Amino acid sequence: MNILKLLDKLSDDSFFTKQTSRLDNLSDLSTFGKKAAVAALPLGLGSFMATSAKAETKTEPTLAMKSALTDALQLALTLEYLEDEYYRIGLLTTNLIPASDKVVFQQISKHEAAHVTFLKSTLTSLGVTPGAKPTFDFTANGAFTPFTNYQQFLTLAQAFEDTGVRAYKGQAGNVMSNGTVLQAALQIHSVEARHASMVRRMRANKGWIELANGGNMPAATNPVYNGEDVTMQAGFNTATAFGAAAGSAAYDEVLTGTEATAIASLFID
Amino acid sequence: MKKPINVSNQGATLDTSRRNFLKLSGIGIAVAGLTLVGCDDDDFEYNDNKIFDLGMGDVGVLNYAYALEQLEADFYTKVVNSFYAGISTIEKEVLTDLYHHEVIHRDFFKAAITGATTNVLPTLEFQYPNVNFNDRSSVLATAKALEDTGVAAYNAAGKYITNPAYLVLAGKIVSVEARHASAIRDLINPLTAAFSGDDVVDPVTGLDVAKEPKDVVAAAGGFIKTPFTWKERGIN
Repeated sequence: MNILKLLDKLSDDSFFTKQTSRLDNLSDLSTFGKKAAVAALPLGLGSFMATSAKAETKTEPTLAMKSALTDALQLALTLEYLEDEYYRIGLLTTNLIPASDKVVFQQISKHEAAHVTFLKSTLTSLGVTPGAKPTFDFTANGAFTPFTNYQQFLTLAQAFEDTGVRAYKGQAGNVMSNGTVLQAALQIHSVEARHASMVRRMRANKGWIELANGGNMPAATNPVYNGEDVTMQAGFNTATAFGAAAGSAAYDEVLTGTEATAIASLFID
Repeated sequence: MKKPINVSNQGATLDTSRRNFLKLSGIGIAVAGLTLVGCDDDDFEYNDNKIFDLGMGDVGVLNYAYALEQLEADFYTKVVNSFYAGISTIEKEVLTDLYHHEVIHRDFFKAAITGATTNVLPTLEFQYPNVNFNDRSSVLATAKALEDTGVAAYNAAGKYITNPAYLVLAGKIVSVEARHASAIRDLINPLTAAFSGDDVVDPVTGLDVAKEPKDVVAAAGGFIKTPFTWKERGIN
Protein backbone atom coordinates (compact mmCIF):
# COMPACT_ATOMS: atom_id res chain seq x y z
CA MET A 1 0.00 0.00 0.00
CA ASN A 2 0.98 3.59 -0.35
CA ILE A 3 3.54 4.44 2.27
CA LEU A 4 1.99 7.82 2.98
CA LYS A 5 -1.36 6.27 3.76
CA LEU A 6 0.24 3.63 5.91
CA LEU A 7 2.17 6.13 7.98
CA ASP A 8 -0.93 8.21 8.35
CA LYS A 9 -2.71 5.18 9.74
CA LEU A 10 0.20 4.32 12.00
CA SER A 11 -0.14 7.64 13.72
CA ASP A 12 -3.82 7.10 14.30
CA ASP A 13 -4.67 5.73 17.72
CA SER A 14 -7.83 3.96 16.65
CA PHE A 15 -5.94 2.11 13.99
CA PHE A 16 -3.26 1.23 16.48
CA THR A 17 -5.65 -0.43 18.86
CA LYS A 18 -6.91 -2.61 16.07
CA GLN A 19 -3.50 -3.53 14.73
CA THR A 20 -3.21 -7.17 15.57
CA SER A 21 -1.26 -8.84 12.86
CA ARG A 22 2.03 -9.18 14.68
CA LEU A 23 0.56 -11.00 17.62
CA ASP A 24 -1.56 -13.12 15.32
CA ASN A 25 1.47 -14.09 13.37
CA LEU A 26 3.35 -14.98 16.49
CA SER A 27 0.69 -17.33 17.71
CA ASP A 28 0.02 -18.70 14.24
CA LEU A 29 3.62 -19.44 13.59
CA SER A 30 4.16 -21.43 16.71
CA THR A 31 1.73 -22.56 19.33
CA PHE A 32 4.35 -22.20 22.01
CA GLY A 33 5.32 -18.74 20.88
CA LYS A 34 2.53 -16.69 22.35
CA LYS A 35 4.87 -15.12 24.81
CA ALA A 36 7.68 -14.79 22.32
CA ALA A 37 10.20 -12.17 23.29
CA VAL A 38 9.51 -8.94 21.53
CA ALA A 39 13.16 -8.14 22.03
CA ALA A 40 13.97 -10.57 19.26
CA LEU A 41 12.06 -8.49 16.77
CA PRO A 42 14.09 -6.28 14.50
CA LEU A 43 13.95 -2.57 15.12
CA GLY A 44 12.37 -0.37 12.56
CA LEU A 45 9.22 0.38 10.74
CA GLY A 46 10.34 -1.91 7.95
CA SER A 47 9.42 -5.05 9.80
CA PHE A 48 6.19 -3.49 10.91
CA MET A 49 5.24 -2.67 7.38
CA ALA A 50 5.77 -6.21 6.24
CA THR A 51 2.59 -7.17 8.06
CA SER A 52 0.57 -4.11 7.19
CA ALA A 53 -1.53 -5.65 4.47
CA LYS A 54 -2.99 -8.13 6.88
CA ALA A 55 -3.42 -5.52 9.57
CA GLU A 56 -5.52 -3.42 7.29
CA THR A 57 -8.24 -6.02 7.12
CA LYS A 58 -8.63 -6.35 10.88
CA THR A 59 -11.57 -4.78 12.58
CA GLU A 60 -11.28 -5.95 16.16
CA PRO A 61 -8.88 -7.73 18.49
CA THR A 62 -8.68 -11.43 17.86
CA LEU A 63 -9.01 -14.19 20.39
CA ALA A 64 -5.30 -14.91 20.13
CA MET A 65 -4.55 -11.31 20.97
CA LYS A 66 -6.86 -11.24 23.98
CA SER A 67 -5.30 -14.46 25.16
CA ALA A 68 -1.79 -13.02 24.84
CA LEU A 69 -2.92 -10.03 26.88
CA THR A 70 -4.57 -11.99 29.68
CA ASP A 71 -1.82 -14.63 29.73
CA ALA A 72 0.65 -11.81 30.31
CA LEU A 73 -1.48 -10.49 33.17
CA GLN A 74 -1.76 -13.98 34.71
CA LEU A 75 2.01 -14.27 34.67
CA ALA A 76 2.28 -10.85 36.30
CA LEU A 77 -0.26 -11.90 38.92
CA THR A 78 1.78 -14.99 39.77
CA LEU A 79 4.88 -12.86 40.31
CA GLU A 80 2.94 -10.37 42.43
CA TYR A 81 1.42 -13.17 44.52
CA LEU A 82 4.94 -14.38 45.15
CA GLU A 83 6.29 -10.97 46.16
CA ASP A 84 3.24 -10.11 48.23
CA GLU A 85 3.41 -13.31 50.26
CA TYR A 86 7.18 -13.06 50.64
CA TYR A 87 7.15 -9.59 52.20
CA ARG A 88 4.01 -10.35 54.21
CA ILE A 89 5.71 -13.33 55.87
CA GLY A 90 8.95 -11.39 56.28
CA LEU A 91 7.22 -8.53 58.08
CA LEU A 92 5.30 -10.94 60.33
CA THR A 93 8.43 -12.87 61.30
CA THR A 94 9.83 -11.60 64.57
CA ASN A 95 13.52 -10.77 64.78
CA LEU A 96 14.00 -10.94 61.01
CA ILE A 97 13.88 -7.41 59.61
CA PRO A 98 15.83 -4.87 61.70
CA ALA A 99 13.74 -1.97 62.95
CA SER A 100 15.77 0.44 60.80
CA ASP A 101 14.76 -1.36 57.59
CA LYS A 102 11.13 -2.09 58.38
CA VAL A 103 9.72 1.06 56.83
CA VAL A 104 11.28 0.13 53.49
CA PHE A 105 9.71 -3.32 53.43
CA GLN A 106 6.38 -2.02 54.68
CA GLN A 107 6.34 0.33 51.69
CA ILE A 108 7.29 -2.43 49.26
CA SER A 109 4.76 -4.83 50.78
CA LYS A 110 2.02 -2.23 50.48
CA HIS A 111 2.73 -1.89 46.76
CA GLU A 112 2.85 -5.63 46.07
CA ALA A 113 -0.48 -6.14 47.83
CA ALA A 114 -1.96 -3.32 45.73
CA HIS A 115 -0.57 -4.88 42.55
CA VAL A 116 -2.27 -8.20 43.34
CA THR A 117 -5.59 -6.46 43.84
CA PHE A 118 -5.13 -4.36 40.73
CA LEU A 119 -4.22 -7.28 38.47
CA LYS A 120 -7.09 -9.41 39.75
CA SER A 121 -9.62 -6.71 39.06
CA THR A 122 -8.09 -6.02 35.64
CA LEU A 123 -8.34 -9.67 34.66
CA THR A 124 -11.90 -9.84 35.93
CA SER A 125 -12.83 -6.75 33.93
CA LEU A 126 -11.40 -8.43 30.84
CA GLY A 127 -13.72 -11.38 31.43
CA VAL A 128 -11.06 -13.77 32.69
CA THR A 129 -10.94 -15.46 36.09
CA PRO A 130 -7.73 -14.51 37.91
CA GLY A 131 -5.49 -17.47 38.66
CA ALA A 132 -5.48 -18.74 42.24
CA LYS A 133 -2.51 -18.01 44.47
CA PRO A 134 0.01 -20.84 44.23
CA THR A 135 1.52 -22.49 47.29
CA PHE A 136 4.97 -20.99 47.65
CA ASP A 137 8.11 -22.55 49.01
CA PHE A 138 10.53 -19.69 49.62
CA THR A 139 13.26 -22.11 50.63
CA ALA A 140 13.28 -23.44 47.06
CA ASN A 141 13.41 -27.01 48.35
CA GLY A 142 15.75 -26.15 51.17
CA ALA A 143 18.24 -24.04 49.23
CA PHE A 144 17.39 -20.82 51.11
CA THR A 145 16.38 -19.82 54.64
CA PRO A 146 15.09 -16.30 54.03
CA PHE A 147 12.91 -16.08 57.14
CA THR A 148 15.64 -16.95 59.61
CA ASN A 149 18.52 -15.18 57.88
CA TYR A 150 18.09 -11.50 57.04
CA GLN A 151 20.90 -11.45 54.49
CA GLN A 152 19.14 -14.23 52.61
CA PHE A 153 15.88 -12.36 52.92
CA LEU A 154 17.53 -9.37 51.24
CA THR A 155 19.14 -11.58 48.60
CA LEU A 156 15.86 -13.14 47.52
CA ALA A 157 14.09 -9.78 47.69
CA GLN A 158 16.64 -8.41 45.23
CA ALA A 159 16.20 -11.44 42.97
CA PHE A 160 12.41 -11.10 43.01
CA GLU A 161 12.44 -7.36 42.28
CA ASP A 162 15.03 -7.60 39.50
CA THR A 163 13.02 -10.49 38.04
CA GLY A 164 9.84 -8.44 38.20
CA VAL A 165 11.40 -5.59 36.26
CA ARG A 166 12.57 -7.89 33.50
CA ALA A 167 9.38 -9.96 33.40
CA TYR A 168 7.02 -6.98 33.01
CA LYS A 169 9.23 -5.60 30.27
CA GLY A 170 9.11 -8.94 28.48
CA GLN A 171 5.30 -8.77 28.35
CA ALA A 172 5.12 -5.26 26.87
CA GLY A 173 4.44 -6.54 23.38
CA ASN A 174 1.69 -8.81 24.65
CA VAL A 175 -0.24 -6.07 26.43
CA MET A 176 0.24 -3.24 23.91
CA SER A 177 -3.04 -4.13 22.17
CA ASN A 178 -4.78 -2.44 25.10
CA GLY A 179 -3.46 1.06 25.81
CA THR A 180 -5.00 1.26 29.26
CA VAL A 181 -3.55 -2.04 30.37
CA LEU A 182 -0.20 -1.20 28.81
CA GLN A 183 0.05 2.05 30.75
CA ALA A 184 -0.90 0.35 34.02
CA ALA A 185 1.66 -2.39 33.38
CA LEU A 186 4.31 0.27 32.80
CA GLN A 187 3.24 2.01 36.01
CA ILE A 188 3.78 -1.24 37.93
CA HIS A 189 7.01 -1.97 36.05
CA SER A 190 8.64 1.27 37.22
CA VAL A 191 7.56 0.63 40.82
CA GLU A 192 9.31 -2.75 40.70
CA ALA A 193 12.39 -0.93 39.44
CA ARG A 194 12.24 1.57 42.31
CA HIS A 195 12.01 -1.37 44.74
CA ALA A 196 14.84 -3.24 43.02
CA SER A 197 17.14 -0.24 43.20
CA MET A 198 16.45 0.22 46.90
CA VAL A 199 16.95 -3.41 47.88
CA ARG A 200 20.11 -3.59 45.80
CA ARG A 201 21.48 -0.50 47.54
CA MET A 202 20.62 -1.96 50.96
CA ARG A 203 22.89 -4.85 49.97
CA ALA A 204 25.70 -2.38 49.15
CA ASN A 205 25.17 -2.86 45.43
CA LYS A 206 24.51 -0.18 42.90
CA GLY A 207 20.83 0.35 42.18
CA TRP A 208 21.38 -0.75 38.57
CA ILE A 209 22.73 -3.96 37.06
CA GLU A 210 26.19 -3.78 35.55
CA LEU A 211 26.98 -6.57 33.11
CA ALA A 212 25.28 -9.88 34.01
CA ASN A 213 26.44 -9.58 37.59
CA GLY A 214 23.65 -9.40 40.14
CA GLY A 215 26.08 -8.25 42.81
CA ASN A 216 27.13 -10.75 45.48
CA MET A 217 24.34 -13.14 44.51
CA PRO A 218 24.29 -16.96 44.79
CA ALA A 219 24.65 -18.96 41.59
CA ALA A 220 21.06 -20.12 41.94
CA THR A 221 19.95 -16.62 40.94
CA ASN A 222 21.98 -16.55 37.71
CA PRO A 223 18.86 -16.92 35.54
CA VAL A 224 17.72 -13.55 36.90
CA TYR A 225 20.79 -11.83 35.48
CA ASN A 226 21.63 -13.84 32.37
CA GLY A 227 21.69 -11.56 29.36
CA GLU A 228 21.81 -8.32 31.35
CA ASP A 229 25.26 -7.64 29.91
CA VAL A 230 23.96 -6.61 26.49
CA THR A 231 25.76 -3.57 25.08
CA MET A 232 24.18 -3.46 21.64
CA GLN A 233 20.80 -1.76 21.46
CA ALA A 234 19.20 -1.61 18.02
CA GLY A 235 22.59 -1.42 16.38
CA PHE A 236 23.98 1.19 18.78
CA ASN A 237 26.99 0.23 20.87
CA THR A 238 26.24 1.43 24.40
CA ALA A 239 29.75 0.50 25.61
CA THR A 240 31.58 2.91 23.31
CA ALA A 241 31.34 6.03 25.45
CA PHE A 242 32.02 4.79 28.98
CA GLY A 243 32.67 1.05 28.79
CA ALA A 244 30.56 -2.08 29.03
CA ALA A 245 29.55 -1.73 32.70
CA ALA A 246 27.89 1.65 32.18
CA GLY A 247 26.58 0.67 28.75
CA SER A 248 24.86 -2.45 30.02
CA ALA A 249 23.55 -0.77 33.18
CA ALA A 250 21.89 1.98 31.16
CA TYR A 251 19.42 -0.62 29.80
CA ASP A 252 17.49 -3.29 31.65
CA GLU A 253 16.85 -6.38 29.55
CA VAL A 254 13.72 -8.47 29.16
CA LEU A 255 12.89 -11.93 30.42
CA THR A 256 10.57 -13.97 28.24
CA GLY A 257 7.45 -15.42 29.78
CA THR A 258 9.09 -18.82 29.77
CA GLU A 259 12.19 -17.54 31.55
CA ALA A 260 10.19 -15.63 34.16
CA THR A 261 7.95 -18.64 34.77
CA ALA A 262 11.00 -20.86 35.24
CA ILE A 263 12.37 -18.50 37.91
CA ALA A 264 9.04 -18.25 39.73
CA SER A 265 8.60 -22.02 39.55
CA LEU A 266 11.66 -22.52 41.76
CA PHE A 267 9.58 -21.06 44.57
CA ILE A 268 6.27 -22.76 43.82
CA ASP A 269 5.44 -26.08 45.43
CA MET B 1 9.78 -11.55 10.05
CA LYS B 2 11.61 -14.55 11.44
CA LYS B 3 14.81 -13.19 9.99
CA PRO B 4 17.22 -12.34 12.81
CA ILE B 5 18.68 -8.89 12.91
CA ASN B 6 22.39 -9.02 12.26
CA VAL B 7 24.06 -5.80 13.12
CA SER B 8 27.70 -4.99 13.18
CA ASN B 9 29.11 -2.36 15.39
CA GLN B 10 32.03 -1.59 13.16
CA GLY B 11 32.34 2.11 12.71
CA ALA B 12 29.29 2.85 14.83
CA THR B 13 30.42 5.75 16.92
CA LEU B 14 28.30 8.28 18.68
CA ASP B 15 28.47 10.59 15.71
CA THR B 16 28.02 7.94 13.09
CA SER B 17 26.65 9.46 9.96
CA ARG B 18 23.09 8.68 9.13
CA ARG B 19 23.83 6.45 6.17
CA ASN B 20 26.35 4.37 8.05
CA PHE B 21 23.95 3.85 10.88
CA LEU B 22 21.33 2.69 8.45
CA LYS B 23 23.55 0.04 7.03
CA LEU B 24 24.58 -1.10 10.47
CA SER B 25 21.19 -1.20 12.02
CA GLY B 26 19.40 -2.88 9.20
CA ILE B 27 16.50 -0.48 9.16
CA GLY B 28 17.17 1.01 5.77
CA ILE B 29 13.75 0.23 4.40
CA ALA B 30 11.97 2.21 7.02
CA VAL B 31 14.26 5.14 6.50
CA ALA B 32 13.81 5.20 2.79
CA GLY B 33 10.09 5.25 3.34
CA LEU B 34 10.15 7.98 5.90
CA THR B 35 12.49 10.07 3.81
CA LEU B 36 10.04 9.93 0.95
CA VAL B 37 7.23 10.97 3.18
CA GLY B 38 9.31 13.79 4.53
CA CYS B 39 9.35 15.31 1.08
CA ASP B 40 5.60 15.57 0.95
CA ASP B 41 4.51 18.97 2.16
CA ASP B 42 0.87 18.02 2.49
CA ASP B 43 1.50 15.38 5.09
CA PHE B 44 4.15 17.17 7.04
CA GLU B 45 2.81 20.66 7.27
CA TYR B 46 3.78 20.70 10.94
CA ASN B 47 7.32 21.49 9.95
CA ASP B 48 6.46 24.39 7.69
CA ASN B 49 7.23 26.97 10.32
CA LYS B 50 10.57 27.53 11.97
CA ILE B 51 9.87 25.93 15.32
CA PHE B 52 10.71 22.25 15.28
CA ASP B 53 7.81 19.85 15.64
CA LEU B 54 8.60 16.46 17.16
CA GLY B 55 6.58 14.77 14.44
CA MET B 56 3.88 12.19 14.16
CA GLY B 57 3.50 8.61 15.32
CA ASP B 58 6.53 6.78 16.62
CA VAL B 59 8.89 9.46 15.32
CA GLY B 60 7.22 12.00 17.58
CA VAL B 61 7.55 9.76 20.62
CA LEU B 62 11.20 9.04 19.88
CA ASN B 63 11.96 12.76 19.51
CA TYR B 64 10.10 13.40 22.75
CA ALA B 65 12.23 10.84 24.57
CA TYR B 66 15.31 12.34 22.92
CA ALA B 67 14.37 15.79 24.25
CA LEU B 68 14.05 14.47 27.81
CA GLU B 69 17.30 12.53 27.59
CA GLN B 70 19.04 15.64 26.25
CA LEU B 71 17.87 17.54 29.30
CA GLU B 72 18.99 14.86 31.76
CA ALA B 73 22.35 14.41 30.05
CA ASP B 74 22.94 18.15 30.00
CA PHE B 75 22.07 18.49 33.67
CA TYR B 76 24.36 15.68 34.87
CA THR B 77 27.17 16.90 32.63
CA LYS B 78 27.05 20.17 34.55
CA VAL B 79 26.85 18.28 37.86
CA VAL B 80 29.92 16.11 37.25
CA ASN B 81 31.95 18.92 35.72
CA SER B 82 31.80 20.71 39.05
CA PHE B 83 30.57 18.59 41.95
CA TYR B 84 28.96 20.43 44.82
CA ALA B 85 31.03 21.12 47.88
CA GLY B 86 31.35 18.31 50.40
CA ILE B 87 30.04 15.60 48.10
CA SER B 88 30.37 12.08 49.53
CA THR B 89 32.04 9.19 47.73
CA ILE B 90 28.76 7.37 47.26
CA GLU B 91 27.01 10.48 45.94
CA LYS B 92 29.84 11.05 43.49
CA GLU B 93 29.54 7.47 42.29
CA VAL B 94 25.77 7.67 41.86
CA LEU B 95 25.83 11.01 40.04
CA THR B 96 28.67 9.88 37.77
CA ASP B 97 26.76 6.73 36.85
CA LEU B 98 23.65 8.77 36.13
CA TYR B 99 25.71 11.07 33.93
CA HIS B 100 27.00 8.05 32.01
CA HIS B 101 23.58 6.45 31.60
CA GLU B 102 21.84 9.63 30.46
CA VAL B 103 24.54 10.52 27.94
CA ILE B 104 24.27 6.98 26.56
CA HIS B 105 20.48 7.30 26.33
CA ARG B 106 20.76 10.67 24.60
CA ASP B 107 23.27 9.46 22.04
CA PHE B 108 21.28 6.28 21.48
CA PHE B 109 18.16 8.26 20.60
CA LYS B 110 20.11 10.54 18.32
CA ALA B 111 21.46 7.55 16.40
CA ALA B 112 18.15 5.66 16.37
CA ILE B 113 16.08 8.61 15.18
CA THR B 114 18.68 9.62 12.64
CA GLY B 115 18.43 6.10 11.29
CA ALA B 116 14.66 6.25 11.00
CA THR B 117 13.79 9.73 9.76
CA THR B 118 15.17 13.06 8.67
CA ASN B 119 12.94 14.71 11.27
CA VAL B 120 15.56 14.62 14.03
CA LEU B 121 15.23 16.97 16.98
CA PRO B 122 18.19 19.36 16.97
CA THR B 123 20.43 19.80 19.99
CA LEU B 124 18.42 21.77 22.51
CA GLU B 125 19.66 24.52 24.80
CA PHE B 126 18.87 24.41 28.49
CA GLN B 127 18.91 26.75 31.46
CA TYR B 128 18.79 26.18 35.21
CA PRO B 129 17.74 29.50 36.67
CA ASN B 130 16.88 28.17 40.12
CA VAL B 131 19.54 25.49 40.49
CA ASN B 132 22.64 26.05 42.58
CA PHE B 133 25.12 23.51 41.26
CA ASN B 134 27.34 24.04 44.28
CA ASP B 135 24.57 23.09 46.69
CA ARG B 136 23.85 19.45 47.52
CA SER B 137 20.15 19.81 48.22
CA SER B 138 19.56 21.92 45.12
CA VAL B 139 21.33 19.42 42.85
CA LEU B 140 19.66 16.37 44.40
CA ALA B 141 16.21 17.97 44.37
CA THR B 142 16.63 18.78 40.68
CA ALA B 143 17.89 15.27 39.93
CA LYS B 144 14.89 13.82 41.75
CA ALA B 145 12.49 15.99 39.77
CA LEU B 146 14.13 15.07 36.48
CA GLU B 147 14.19 11.32 37.18
CA ASP B 148 10.62 11.21 38.47
CA THR B 149 9.49 13.23 35.47
CA GLY B 150 11.33 10.89 33.13
CA VAL B 151 9.60 7.87 34.65
CA ALA B 152 6.19 9.53 34.45
CA ALA B 153 6.82 10.63 30.87
CA TYR B 154 7.80 7.19 29.59
CA ASN B 155 4.96 5.56 31.53
CA ALA B 156 2.38 7.70 29.71
CA ALA B 157 4.08 7.76 26.30
CA GLY B 158 4.29 3.97 25.94
CA LYS B 159 0.72 3.76 24.66
CA TYR B 160 1.56 6.11 21.78
CA ILE B 161 4.24 3.77 20.45
CA THR B 162 3.09 1.44 17.67
CA ASN B 163 6.25 -0.51 16.97
CA PRO B 164 6.77 -3.26 19.60
CA ALA B 165 10.54 -3.04 19.25
CA TYR B 166 10.50 0.67 20.12
CA LEU B 167 8.19 -0.06 23.06
CA VAL B 168 10.64 -2.59 24.47
CA LEU B 169 13.52 -0.16 24.04
CA ALA B 170 11.58 2.50 25.92
CA GLY B 171 10.86 -0.10 28.59
CA LYS B 172 14.56 -0.95 28.89
CA ILE B 173 15.29 2.71 29.56
CA VAL B 174 12.38 3.67 31.82
CA SER B 175 13.18 1.05 34.44
CA VAL B 176 16.70 2.42 34.66
CA GLU B 177 15.25 5.90 35.14
CA ALA B 178 13.13 4.48 37.96
CA ARG B 179 16.21 2.89 39.53
CA HIS B 180 17.86 6.33 39.37
CA ALA B 181 14.85 8.05 40.90
CA SER B 182 14.81 5.56 43.77
CA ALA B 183 18.53 6.03 44.48
CA ILE B 184 18.37 9.83 44.39
CA ARG B 185 15.32 9.82 46.65
CA ASP B 186 17.16 7.57 49.08
CA LEU B 187 20.19 9.87 49.06
CA ILE B 188 17.89 12.70 50.09
CA ASN B 189 15.90 10.69 52.68
CA PRO B 190 17.97 7.61 53.56
CA LEU B 191 16.25 4.39 54.61
CA THR B 192 12.72 5.76 54.56
CA ALA B 193 9.71 5.12 52.32
CA ALA B 194 10.86 7.94 50.04
CA PHE B 195 12.51 5.67 47.41
CA SER B 196 8.99 4.94 46.17
CA GLY B 197 7.07 7.42 48.24
CA ASP B 198 3.35 7.96 48.31
CA ASP B 199 3.94 11.20 46.39
CA VAL B 200 4.86 9.18 43.27
CA VAL B 201 3.42 5.70 43.82
CA ASP B 202 -0.29 5.70 44.56
CA PRO B 203 -0.60 3.88 47.90
CA VAL B 204 -3.96 2.38 46.94
CA THR B 205 -3.32 1.14 43.39
CA GLY B 206 0.43 0.71 43.67
CA LEU B 207 0.83 2.51 40.33
CA ASP B 208 3.67 4.93 39.61
CA VAL B 209 2.95 8.35 38.14
CA ALA B 210 2.18 8.66 34.43
CA LYS B 211 2.22 12.15 32.92
CA GLU B 212 0.93 13.11 29.51
CA PRO B 213 3.41 14.86 27.20
CA LYS B 214 1.87 18.30 27.52
CA ASP B 215 2.10 18.10 31.32
CA VAL B 216 5.68 16.88 31.17
CA VAL B 217 6.74 19.67 28.86
CA ALA B 218 4.94 22.17 31.05
CA ALA B 219 6.79 20.80 34.09
CA ALA B 220 10.20 20.74 32.42
CA GLY B 221 9.57 23.88 30.41
CA GLY B 222 11.57 26.09 32.73
CA PHE B 223 14.72 24.19 31.81
CA ILE B 224 14.20 24.14 28.06
CA LYS B 225 15.41 27.23 26.20
CA THR B 226 14.89 25.98 22.65
CA PRO B 227 11.19 25.94 21.83
CA PHE B 228 9.62 23.00 20.03
CA THR B 229 6.11 21.79 19.38
CA TRP B 230 4.43 18.41 19.32
CA LYS B 231 1.15 19.27 17.72
CA GLU B 232 -0.03 15.68 17.55
CA ARG B 233 0.02 15.64 21.36
CA GLY B 234 -1.32 19.13 21.89
CA ILE B 235 1.98 20.90 22.56
CA ASN B 236 1.85 24.07 20.51
